[in-house]
Amino acid sequence: MADVVLKTDALNKSFGALQASRDVSLDLRPGEIHALIGPNGAGKSTLIKQIAGNLTPDSGTVELLGREVTALDTVARARMGLGRTFQISALAMEYTVLQNAVLGALGGRGRVFHFFRNVMKDPELLERARDALERVGLTDDANRRTADLSHGQRRQLEVAVALTLKPRLFLMDEPMAGLGTAGSKALTGFLDGLRQEAPILLVEHDMDAVFALADRISVLVYGQIIATGTADEIRANAEVRRAYLGEEDAA
Amino acid sequence: MMLTRESLLNWAMIAALLIVPVAAWSLDEPFIITLATKAAILALAGVGLNIALGLGGLISLGHAAFFGIGGYAMGILAAHAQNYEPLFEWPFLFEGSNQMPLIWLVAVVFSALAALVIGALSLRTSGVYFIMITLAFGQMLYYFAISWSAYGGEDGLSIWVRNEFPGLNTLDPIQFFAIAYVILCLALAFAARLARSPFGLALAAARQNEDRVQAVGLTPFTLRLTAFVISGAITGLAGALFADLNRFVSPTMLSWHTSGEIMIFVILGGVGRLYGPVAGTALYILLEHLLGGISDYWQIFLGVLLLLIVLFARGGLIGALAGREKAHG
Amino acid sequence: MTYILVLEQILNGLQLGMMLFLMAAGLTLVFGVMGLINLAHGSLYMVGAFAAAAVAGWTGSFLLALTASLAAAAAAGALMELVVIRRLYRRDHLDQVLATFALILIFSEGTRWLFGSFPLFLDVPSYLSGPVSLPGGIQYPLYRLTIILIGLAVAAGLFLLIARTRIGIQIRAGEADREMIAALGVDISKLYTVVFALGAALAGLAGALVGAIQSVQVGMGEPVLILAFVVIVIGGIGSIKGALAGALLVGMTDTLGSVFLPQLFAVFMDPASAASAGASLASMLIYILMAAILLVRPSGLYGGSA
Ligand SMILES: Nc1ncnc2c1ncn2[C@@H]1O[C@H](COP(=O)(O)OP(=O)(O)O)[C@@H](O)[C@H]1O
Ligand SMILES: [Mg+2]
Repeated sequence: MADVVLKTDALNKSFGALQASRDVSLDLRPGEIHALIGPNGAGKSTLIKQIAGNLTPDSGTVELLGREVTALDTVARARMGLGRTFQISALAMEYTVLQNAVLGALGGRGRVFHFFRNVMKDPELLERARDALERVGLTDDANRRTADLSHGQRRQLEVAVALTLKPRLFLMDEPMAGLGTAGSKALTGFLDGLRQEAPILLVEHDMDAVFALADRISVLVYGQIIATGTADEIRANAEVRRAYLGEEDAA
Repeated sequence: MMLTRESLLNWAMIAALLIVPVAAWSLDEPFIITLATKAAILALAGVGLNIALGLGGLISLGHAAFFGIGGYAMGILAAHAQNYEPLFEWPFLFEGSNQMPLIWLVAVVFSALAALVIGALSLRTSGVYFIMITLAFGQMLYYFAISWSAYGGEDGLSIWVRNEFPGLNTLDPIQFFAIAYVILCLALAFAARLARSPFGLALAAARQNEDRVQAVGLTPFTLRLTAFVISGAITGLAGALFADLNRFVSPTMLSWHTSGEIMIFVILGGVGRLYGPVAGTALYILLEHLLGGISDYWQIFLGVLLLLIVLFARGGLIGALAGREKAHG
Repeated sequence: MTYILVLEQILNGLQLGMMLFLMAAGLTLVFGVMGLINLAHGSLYMVGAFAAAAVAGWTGSFLLALTASLAAAAAAGALMELVVIRRLYRRDHLDQVLATFALILIFSEGTRWLFGSFPLFLDVPSYLSGPVSLPGGIQYPLYRLTIILIGLAVAAGLFLLIARTRIGIQIRAGEADREMIAALGVDISKLYTVVFALGAALAGLAGALVGAIQSVQVGMGEPVLILAFVVIVIGGIGSIKGALAGALLVGMTDTLGSVFLPQLFAVFMDPASAASAGASLASMLIYILMAAILLVRPSGLYGGSA
C-alpha cells in the first residue's frame, strides 16, 4: 500500500476574482483521520470537490492511491475507492432508505446492466446494504421513504451509502451538521473506529468532534492552508488562534 | 404480494382492454375491435416513452422519430415486397418482406440505432436543451421524409394488404388485435421488470439525484443512453404495428404532434406509472371517439382537459383512482 | 450562377434570419427571465397573423393590420400569462411542456373554429410591392427588404431596451436572481407579464409580416417555433445576442443550402437525383449545424452552463 492514500499538490482554483484554493497541498495517510477546518467560505467544500472530481483545479494535481487522477471524473475516482458524503445530502429522495443503500452496494459491486433480475432480492446487495444501515443505526428506518427522514437521519444515510462502497478512503463534508449532541457523539464514536478500515478526510464544524477524533488537523483560511498538525499543535498555533479560533471565541 | 388499489386497477384495465374487443367480436362490431387495437398499439408507444420519461426523467419531445422509423420500416419493406422490387442487391439480395416478425426486427433495430445517435448527442445536454434538441432531431427526420420522394414524400406510402404473421390471419381484426395485445402485455411485463432491476434502480436514481449516482461510481450518461435506446426501440415497434394497422405510413407519424400525443398518453394516465400509458391511451381514444362525435373541434376539450390535469391533478387518471404512488421495491 | 443570384439569396437568408430572430427573442427572454419553456409561442405568431389578416380585410390598411397583430398577440400573451403561464414558473419542465402543448391545441382548434380551415390572405400593400434596385444592380423585392429593416430595428430596439432602460435593468436582474429583484421592490409578477407580452408581440409581428408572403393558416406557427428552438439552442438559451447570431446562422444556412446544395450535387450527379438528394440534405442542414455546434459547445454559442 502507498504510504499516502491521497495527496494534493499545489491546488489552485478561482471563481472569477475570488481565489477559493491557493496552493493547497495536503495528504491523507493510512489509518488516520485528517480534519479540515476553517471558517465558512474558506474553501473547504471547493477543495473536497476538486478531490472528488466535481471541479477541475486551475492548476495543481490530485493523487489517489499513488495514481494521478486530476484528469479523471467523479465516477472513475469513486470506482478507485473514494467514498464520499456531501455537505448537502445527495440522496434519491423518492427511494426508501434501504433502496439508497442498495444503490450504493450496486455501485460498489459494479455490473449495473442487468435488466431482468429483481435488485431488491439480490442477497449479496441486500446484505451489504443492511450491514451499512446497521452500522449507522438506521436498521429500523430501512423501509421509510428517504424524503420523510429527519435531517440528521439523512446525514447518517449519507455515511451508510459511502460504507456500502467499501471504499479505500472517505471524504466527508460536514457529516455532523444538524445531528444534535447525541447524534454527534454517536457518529464521533463510529468514525473513531472507522479509521481502521479506511482513512478519513473530514471537514467538520463541530470542534469537540474534531479535537476528539483527528490525528492531524489542517486549517484553511481564505483558500490557504495556514497550519497542519496534531490537535495540540493546532491549539497552540498563534496564527490559527488569531485567524480562526479567535473569531470563534468572539462570536 | 398484497394487491394495492393501483395493481387492482392495472389488472382491471388490462382485462377491459381484452374484454371490450372480444365482446365486440362476438357482436360483430369490427370498428370497436379496430379502436381497441389502436389503443393497444398507441399504449405500446407510450410504454416505450415512459421508460425514458417516467423512469429516466428524460423529457423527449422527439419520440415521433422512432415511431415514424418503425412505420417506415414497415412501409418500405412491404412496398418492395408488393412491387417485387428488391430493396438492394448488393452485397446480398434483399427483397423486402411482408412478414411481420422480420418487419418488427428491422423496425426495432433501426429505431434503436436512431435513438443511439440522437440520444448520444442530446444527452450531452439536459433540461430545456434536451427537450428542444430531441424535438429538433425529430423534426429533422420529418422534413427528411417529406423530401424523400422515393418513398412517397409528403403523400406517404400505402400498402394494399396487411402484412402476414405465421399461423394467423392478420386481415381478421380480432386476430390482429391479439397480436398487438400480446406485444403490449409483453412490453408491460418487460417494463415492470426493468423498473425493479439493478439498471432500473440506478436509472431512476439518476433522475432523482445525479451527484449520488456518480458518487457511487455509476455513469448517468450511459444509464440514460441505454434507457433512451430501449425506449426508442419499443416506440419503433409500436410504429411498425401502427403503420400496419392503417396500411399506411406518412411523414405525419414523424411530426412533433405525434411526439406530443405519445407524451399525452403517458401523462393522461399518470407519469411514472407502469400502466399509465394504457389508461391514458384508452382515455384519449374514448375522448376522441365521444367528443369527436359531438364537435369537429374536440381537441379544444382535450387541450382544456390536459391543462386541468397538469395544473391541478398531476397524478393523472391512475393517480385520481388509486391515490399517491408508493416508493417501489 | 452569378454573383447577383448569390447576393439575392444572402438577402433572403437575412430576411428569414430576421423573422426567426423576432420569434426567438421572445422565447429566449421568457426562458432567461422566467425559466419557462413555452411551446405555445408559435400560437402567438399565428394570432398575430390572423389578427393582421382580419383587420386588413376590414380596413384595407396594412399599417393598421400590423398594429393589430402587435396588439392582439400582446393581449393574447398577457392573457395566457395571467391565466396559465404564471402557475408554471415553479413547476418542472415537463409540466411546462404539457401545459403549453395544451395551449397549442386550444389556440389552434379555437382559431380553426373561428376562421375555418381555409387559409386567409394578407396582401402586401402597393407601396411596398415590386422590386427596388440596390447598389450593384440587384433587383430585390421591396417588401422583403422592409422585413429585414424592421427586424434590424427591432433588434436594435431590444438591445437598447435591455442595456439602457429601467425595465431592461429589471430583466437583467431577474435573470440573475429572482429573490434579489423582489427584494428591490420590483413587482415581479407584473414584470413577468410585461416580458411575456413583449415576447408575444414580437412573435405576432413576425406572424403578420410573414403572413403577407405566405398564407395565413392554422398551424403556421409550429414550423417557425421549431426553427426558433434550433436558433436559441445554437445561440445559447437566455441570450438575446445568441438569438440574433443563431437566427442569422440558421436563416443563411437554410436558405443557401436549399438553393445551392442541389446545384452542388449536380456537379457529380445526374440532375434528377441531384435535385432530390440536394433537397433532402438541405432539409436537414440546420439540424446538422445544430448537432455540430452542440458537439463543440453543449450550451450554445453564448450560453452559460447547460
Ligand atoms: N461554483 C462557484 N462559483 C462561484 N463561487 C463559488 C462557487 N463555489 C464556491 N464559491 C465561493 O468560494 C468560496 C468558498 O466556498 P466553499 O468551498 O463552499 O466554502 P466552505 O465549504 O469552506 O464554507 C465562497 O466564497 C463561495 O461563495
Ligand atoms: Mg462547505
